Amino acid sequence: MSYHVNEKGYYGDFGGAYIPEMLYPNVQELQQQYKRITATAEFKKSFDDLLKDYVGRPTPLYFAQRLSEKYQTKLYLKREDLCHTGAHKVNNTIGQILLAKALGKNRIIAETGAGQHGVATATVCALMGIQCVVYMGAVDIQRQAPNVARMKMLGAEVRPAQSGSKTLKDATNEAIRDWINNPVDTHYIIGSVVGPHPYPDMVARFQSVISEEIQQQLREKEGRDYPDHLIACVGGGSNAAGAYYHYLDNPKVNIIAVEAAGIGIDTGASAATSVLGKEGIIHGSKTLLMQTPDGQIIEPYSISAGLDYPGVGPMHAHLFRSGRAEFIAATDDEAMTAGLTLSQLEGIIPAIETAHAFAILEHRPFQPDEVVVINLSGRGDKDLNTYIDYFKL
Amino acid sequence: MQRIDQAFQKPGKLLSIYFSAGHPQRDDTLPILTALQDAGVDMVEIGLPFSDPLADGPTIQESATQALKNGMTTARLFDQLRNVRQTIHLPLVLMGYFNPILQYGVEAFCRECAAVGIDGLIIPDLPVDVYHEQYQSLFEQYGLYNMFLISPQTSEARILYIDSVSNGFIYMVSSASVTGAQKTFGDAQQAYFERIAKMELQTPQLVGFGISNAATFQAATTHAKGAIIGSAFIQFLNEKGVDRIPEFIEQIRS
Repeated sequence: MSYHVNEKGYYGDFGGAYIPEMLYPNVQELQQQYKRITATAEFKKSFDDLLKDYVGRPTPLYFAQRLSEKYQTKLYLKREDLCHTGAHKVNNTIGQILLAKALGKNRIIAETGAGQHGVATATVCALMGIQCVVYMGAVDIQRQAPNVARMKMLGAEVRPAQSGSKTLKDATNEAIRDWINNPVDTHYIIGSVVGPHPYPDMVARFQSVISEEIQQQLREKEGRDYPDHLIACVGGGSNAAGAYYHYLDNPKVNIIAVEAAGIGIDTGASAATSVLGKEGIIHGSKTLLMQTPDGQIIEPYSISAGLDYPGVGPMHAHLFRSGRAEFIAATDDEAMTAGLTLSQLEGIIPAIETAHAFAILEHRPFQPDEVVVINLSGRGDKDLNTYIDYFKL
Repeated sequence: MQRIDQAFQKPGKLLSIYFSAGHPQRDDTLPILTALQDAGVDMVEIGLPFSDPLADGPTIQESATQALKNGMTTARLFDQLRNVRQTIHLPLVLMGYFNPILQYGVEAFCRECAAVGIDGLIIPDLPVDVYHEQYQSLFEQYGLYNMFLISPQTSEARILYIDSVSNGFIYMVSSASVTGAQKTFGDAQQAYFERIAKMELQTPQLVGFGISNAATFQAATTHAKGAIIGSAFIQFLNEKGVDRIPEFIEQIRS
């Protein structure tokens, strides 16, 4: 059994391309071209060079001594927080901007929730001199003012999504509508492993540099190229997909996905899609989805703006249903505490999304000789106000 | 004969009207259908409201949001339509996104549609190939037509494929856009209408998206058999109310 996408764009029961006919030419063009373009020597060289010289890759795999002592196991942190713009998101936007150029597109659109993917998209558009429009929920624009300012400074236009709940899912709807309205000149850079095929696979491939590097780095540090456990937080699931990618079909690796429980899974204020979701369709993909019995999509909740997506990437839905991955949920409080612990034991302030991955160390024991890798997907600068409010700093 | 096919055999231009079930008021479905029938429209598309209608512009989005706030659900719509065939003889098409249908259960949904007298479905985010492989036999079993969209970007080969699996009509999206009223159609749209007419497809076509008044209705139906009006009608309902529906239809036909 393979956990990678099949030729029709499905991961087991999940995935596909459930899109209005108006988007068919765009999506079909991507389906036909993405593997060919990304396999060319020219593309690979541009991608690798930019990841190295512009993003700052490879990011370190850091042995966290004090954290390992606290939790009595061997903890390595994959330092995606050290990427340019502060998170793994830029790996994907670099790949997609190069793809957009190869396809002859001269306008970029993107959706953003907390603003990290919006900033990463605005950044690569500035780098390439391409027009950039970022859709962001009107509510999120209010909540994430510093990232809105960053996008504007980078030359992007930030358009508020006024429909529905005015958050990430609505920003995604607006971006899709823009793409329907501008089918010829525009490429849509989706920020996570969601959306119609080939987006989940394409984004996972661009993020797979994370697991490729972990393999090399573990070989140097541990004499084998795989960990016993691999932990990442999952909202849509792009950092997790990148961290898991080269280990999906390696049964020696226990894959752990950490979702946001919000206030608590049963409180009605949660984003734990694997528990609360049912099979459904969102943004062109069949996946697990938080919805009413009538099939209306529910707005999830998490203290972390990057994890409150009502669905999950189809790859992750399949990892959950097949039992390949262990799914654990961490509450707001557990994540915030874990963020403080990491800050004070290792001198690293994580993004609140990332802090969820660390939160499970309190409840999920590992053996002292086991090698555990946690994907440290982003840094916490953007979350300082939330940390300040929470801890009354 | 299927009611949809009958409508296409009548002489003259076919006018189809779209509205969101549950809007403006939750129980307006039957009053709106009655008014449309009395005003002489040829077909009606009843929108099943969805929280995330990604092919729709602001007017239809807002009407769907309002309908959901009013307490509209799939089950309630079927209840409202329970005796619709006692008085309404127009072809009725349900237009809805796939997720609510999936949650209802596709077969249960088809069964209910057939039971209340729905003639066909338009499901914008159910791709032709998935329909063809997984659901076509089910729809046919219940006597339901399923209509597909094409846009100016749809390739000729794909239009021919869609034509080959279609029944009822092909829904021609007038331009590269989501739903929404436009004041006029430009040269590019006219050329597209002409290009499709010249293909001489076996399935008749209705033009939709952007039709708002007599001028755009006439332009759209110069080559196609008929046209569908949604956003402009919903806007009219918002401003003038259900009682004045005859005025709207009269103005389109003028």
